Amino acid sequence: MMTMNEFRSLFHNGLIKQNTGLVQLLGLCPLLAISNNVINALSLGLATTLVMAASSGAVSGVRNFVPNEIRIPVFVLIIAVLVTVIDLSMNAFVHPLYLVLGIFIPLITTNCIVLARADAFAAKNRPLQSVVDAIAMGFGLTLVLLVLGAIRELAGKGTLFSGIDLVFGEAAKGWVLHVLPNYHGFLLAILPPGAFIALGLLIAANNGYKARAARHARAAVPVAA
Amino acid sequence: MTSQLQAALKNALRTGVILFVFAAIGTAMLAFTHDNTEPTITRGQLAEKRALLGQVLPATLYDNDLLASPQSVPPDDLLGTRQASTLWIARRGREFSGVVLEAIAPDGYSGNIYLLIGIDADGTVTGVRVTAHRETPGLGDYIDRAKSAWIDQFAGKSLTNPDPRHWKVAKDGGTFDSRAGATITPRAVVKAVHSALDYFAQHRAAFAAPPKKETAP
Repeated sequence: MMTMNEFRSLFHNGLIKQNTGLVQLLGLCPLLAISNNVINALSLGLATTLVMAASSGAVSGVRNFVPNEIRIPVFVLIIAVLVTVIDLSMNAFVHPLYLVLGIFIPLITTNCIVLARADAFAAKNRPLQSVVDAIAMGFGLTLVLLVLGAIRELAGKGTLFSGIDLVFGEAAKGWVLHVLPNYHGFLLAILPPGAFIALGLLIAANNGYKARAARHARAAVPVAA
Repeated sequence: MTSQLQAALKNALRTGVILFVFAAIGTAMLAFTHDNTEPTITRGQLAEKRALLGQVLPATLYDNDLLASPQSVPPDDLLGTRQASTLWIARRGREFSGVVLEAIAPDGYSGNIYLLIGIDADGTVTGVRVTAHRETPGLGDYIDRAKSAWIDQFAGKSLTNPDPRHWKVAKDGGTFDSRAGATITPRAVVKAVHSALDYFAQHRAAFAAPPKKETAP
């Protein structure tokens, strides 16, 4: 079992302190490639969270049988098997969902954050904690993806949620928000360089915020003392 | 010394066996999943292909199973192909009623644009779809039916409609629309559809030949 405090600290870690996208800077390849609109970003984020929860749980479950020397190959094997099983099962049994997420699932294999969490956390902790940690990390990644996707879509096309009809069917076409009507588009934001620039700005904003918070904390110390 | 060596060997053997066990379990899981999903996945892929063919050649035009009669065609400049491609012959009753061709527009803005072109027995285009492309997102990708209806304007066109001088995008004085800022992409598609029609005209006789009968031995 786990205490509320433990739970909270795992989520704080995943969402803020050790955020994969802004702090650890892990798994940037899919992060940069898929964040060109909100819907893609959300889909990749949730798919990654699912795979990470499954792989962290599995790795944690077998952690006592794996000698230290071969832990990396075994973890890679477990993750690869899981991703393939999820990919094949989704293709066969939830095909409409697969049409949306399908292209992202193999991309998850290129995401080193999955292996990083398996080795850094799941290999040393009990299954429940590991799954919660994976979900927290996944949500942290999803959050960054969402913000990045929103910035790029807004700057690039002036819309939000374009492509939502691919997830919810034709009827959802009307849900696309045309935030900036008659916008002519800013191609750079949608192309890969836009991803680097937007992520750079996000990281800078995060670092700036943290630096300020630290300064405030330092300034507050003498008063308290 | 020997006992040290023995211990090291024993350890290596132990880790090796453990790795092997994990690999065996992983392989078994993959084999099991593959066996259980493969029929469903193949069915889904066939249904998708059938739906795609149905989009370029209306189902009312034929009553044979298109997918059952794929033919391999050698590379041809008019199709833009460097490798053998596939075509599907449609028949109604025993009569030739149309064909679906795979073609490539090699001169897109970035790389090949892969096309599926349906042509009926009279040499009129029934539909065109882009199956794969790498044109600029948000700029040249309106050739994709998922993005816009641009590609629909080919339906009903033939070698004589419009006349050859107007088989061009509007910017070059032709009849086909294109969007400002992205003319290279539609130019490539228009050209590719036109050469596919040329290809059809050259090979129509072969397409229309009655299907080879199974000759009794």
